[in-house]
Amino acid sequence: MAGESSYYVPAQSKWPIIASIGLFLTVVGAGIMMNDMSAGVKDSTGHWVLFAGGLIMAYMLFGWFGNVIQESRSGLYSEQMDRSFRWGMFWFIFSEVMFFAAFFGTLFYVRHFSVPWIGGEGAGEMTHMLLWPEFISHWPLMKNPDNTSFQGASGVIDPFHLPLLNTLLLVASSVTATIAHHALKNNERTKVKLWLVATLILGFAFLFFQAEEYIEAYDNLGLTLASGIYGSTFFILTGFHGAHVTLGAIMLTIMLVRVMKGHFTPEKHFAYEAASWYWHFVDVVWIGLFVFVYLV
Amino acid sequence: MSAMTDTGHADAHHGPAKGLMRWVLTTNHKDIGSMYLWFSFFMFLAGGFMAMVIRAELFEPGMQIVEPEFYNQMLTMHGLIMVFGAVMPAFTGLANWMIPMMVGAPDMALPRMNNWSFWILPFAFALMMSTLFMEGGGPNFGWTAYAPLSTDYGPKSTTFFIFAIHMMGISSIMGAINIIATILNLRAPGMTLMKMPLFVWTWLITAYLLIAVMPVLAGAVTMMLMDIHFGTSFFNAGGGGDPVLYQHVFWFFGHPEVYIMILPAFGIVSAIIPAFARKPLFGYTSMVYATASIAFLSFIVWAHHMFTVGIPVTGELFFMYATMLIAVPTGVKVFNWITTMFRGAMTFETPMLFSLAFVVLFTLGGFSGLMLAIAPADFQYHDTYFVVAHFHYVLVSGAVFAIIAGVYYWLPKWTGHMYDETLAKTHFWLSFIGMNLTFFPMHFLGLAGMPRRIPDYALQFTDFNMIASAGGFLFGTTQLLFLFVVIKCVICGKKAAAKPWEGADGLEWSVPSPAPYHTFSTPPDVK
Repeated sequence: MAGESSYYVPAQSKWPIIASIGLFLTVVGAGIMMNDMSAGVKDSTGHWVLFAGGLIMAYMLFGWFGNVIQESRSGLYSEQMDRSFRWGMFWFIFSEVMFFAAFFGTLFYVRHFSVPWIGGEGAGEMTHMLLWPEFISHWPLMKNPDNTSFQGASGVIDPFHLPLLNTLLLVASSVTATIAHHALKNNERTKVKLWLVATLILGFAFLFFQAEEYIEAYDNLGLTLASGIYGSTFFILTGFHGAHVTLGAIMLTIMLVRVMKGHFTPEKHFAYEAASWYWHFVDVVWIGLFVFVYLV
Repeated sequence: MSAMTDTGHADAHHGPAKGLMRWVLTTNHKDIGSMYLWFSFFMFLAGGFMAMVIRAELFEPGMQIVEPEFYNQMLTMHGLIMVFGAVMPAFTGLANWMIPMMVGAPDMALPRMNNWSFWILPFAFALMMSTLFMEGGGPNFGWTAYAPLSTDYGPKSTTFFIFAIHMMGISSIMGAINIIATILNLRAPGMTLMKMPLFVWTWLITAYLLIAVMPVLAGAVTMMLMDIHFGTSFFNAGGGGDPVLYQHVFWFFGHPEVYIMILPAFGIVSAIIPAFARKPLFGYTSMVYATASIAFLSFIVWAHHMFTVGIPVTGELFFMYATMLIAVPTGVKVFNWITTMFRGAMTFETPMLFSLAFVVLFTLGGFSGLMLAIAPADFQYHDTYFVVAHFHYVLVSGAVFAIIAGVYYWLPKWTGHMYDETLAKTHFWLSFIGMNLTFFPMHFLGLAGMPRRIPDYALQFTDFNMIASAGGFLFGTTQLLFLFVVIKCVICGKKAAAKPWEGADGLEWSVPSPAPYHTFSTPPDVK
């Protein structure tokens, strides 16, 4: 740590309190909306609260990041500051890994324990006899133990159509993002723009096909959130992944805009690297999804 | 060193801004640390008030003061507030105040995010406590929120409980990221990892645990939300899920969480005992490794909370032995604290009294934990008052006593005044007696078979419950004395020297008392 020139400690900032208010309104709005939805209330006020919260959050993100970009471009950030940002992003991604780990763990648990137990395996013999003697354990679970409350799906997504295509798209987008990064390091700015645009096209194509797949699941296969544990795990894993791809694509879009505006130098472009780390992270999660949700 | 700290504001070097907005907009680690500490104290009083309601109801058998439904809400809120509102923010507050000063940093690594981490909390707790006034009441399923109590049978307000938990999680994760970045990146030249004070070490590991498990809790409550509103069947066997799955995911978070609430306490006590024994800490390196071992083990013991739920015998055995292993690194720590005191020139100021009580009573709580770890024996103890006694010994005389010890230890540094030693010692003895009166009889109640979380009990439990309630009221009221001592110390008192404790060691004592608004703008050289 020797030889640091300065460490920037920002002055007072209004963004944290604005962010807290925005977050509060967002979750309160979402909560009211969900409670009204389940109670069958039409015209929920929740939408408006949620919308207001979302607006405040968007305003905050623009303002806060705007401040950071301004400070960075006026040369206030030392190398040590850069390392703080790196640690921050690294541990943030680690927290995201653990978030997905909870859902992957759930998937393993239901496949290896709860579904076989309800089917009478191992210690589940009495459970099986007393609760649902007709139930046969299998995976993908199409006929649920209580198939009237939870209507099972009539089919599942074929991994070798859309999911395989999506795998190729996302892996390719990781490659293009890396090419763009190398171009940025070599100061070839036209190349950066081209490969970033390519990355974004691949990313949005992924999201488009993922939406297609959901429509197919809901309309033709009866595979929904409510079709038992197969649908529950399928949609929570792919859904949260899709949300993260969306976030990553937004980050990369902003990076594209910043490149267009002439930001970043071959030496200093941590924001780009952070977005790129995040993009690789959603790519790796997808590989896990493709193998454990679709294939095996 | 030519290093200087830039500040975005020309007069930021001089001192804090004026008025209320100083606290709302601040980026200063000391301001934010103070806000965390005050917030946690008020939460401690709020959660404590709910404990008083519980103890008042349990003073006699039969129902006399509250409805059973409300009793359940008090019980749930008491747990949630104490865990997420009192203990965790208090440790984060101490971390904010002390870690930059202990490692010679100008501030926390990401000061604006630091402020956001704090300001989420008042909103999160406003949301959570507002559920008590909603139709159908607040959460009534215990702080563990087991399915199906929370999914099929929970009140409507469960939705807001879930979102409040999400907010607290976001706050904790950002706080933890900040602490890790500060420790790894902002240490003064010469402050190598193995020279860091143990409080810094324990917080580094705690922060890692927080980032690893708070997202898992977020995952658990998200699945709960989906089961309630979107027709999924994660915790419903009818759709192929399993209510026990909730317990697995929850305790995968929950067990590291209990170490999140005790590791920083180890760090505080490891600073105070050497100071008042006037000897360096015995076995520093083994303390670091023991902390890391405890953190590792915390990930592979979660199912000891679920011995009676019906898991396979192999699982019971694995989790039983893994749990007992924790006694080894914990034993190393207790041994080191005692050996530090051995032939030391000891004095017994209030921080030392609380630390000594910590060592004795936390060990007692550890031993009852070992009893609970024995799977076949746990079939008898599970969900009885024995469990309640166990975790209050590690959390009240463990975490809370260590926090109070840390507050007394560092108050002179924060305020520039010495606190009133006589009043503080009174606070200690009343707390010590009250705490033991409250929780010691619960061991007997539990062994005799009194179930926890029930507002009524059989007649033969009356005597011990009356003692526990009397102790509870004593302990609760005594904390108002603590508030008084702290306020008195903030306002007036004997002027404190830069190093008011003869045997104290560390960079925080090299700056004046009260610590200037900005410390170590130029990093100190650590030999």
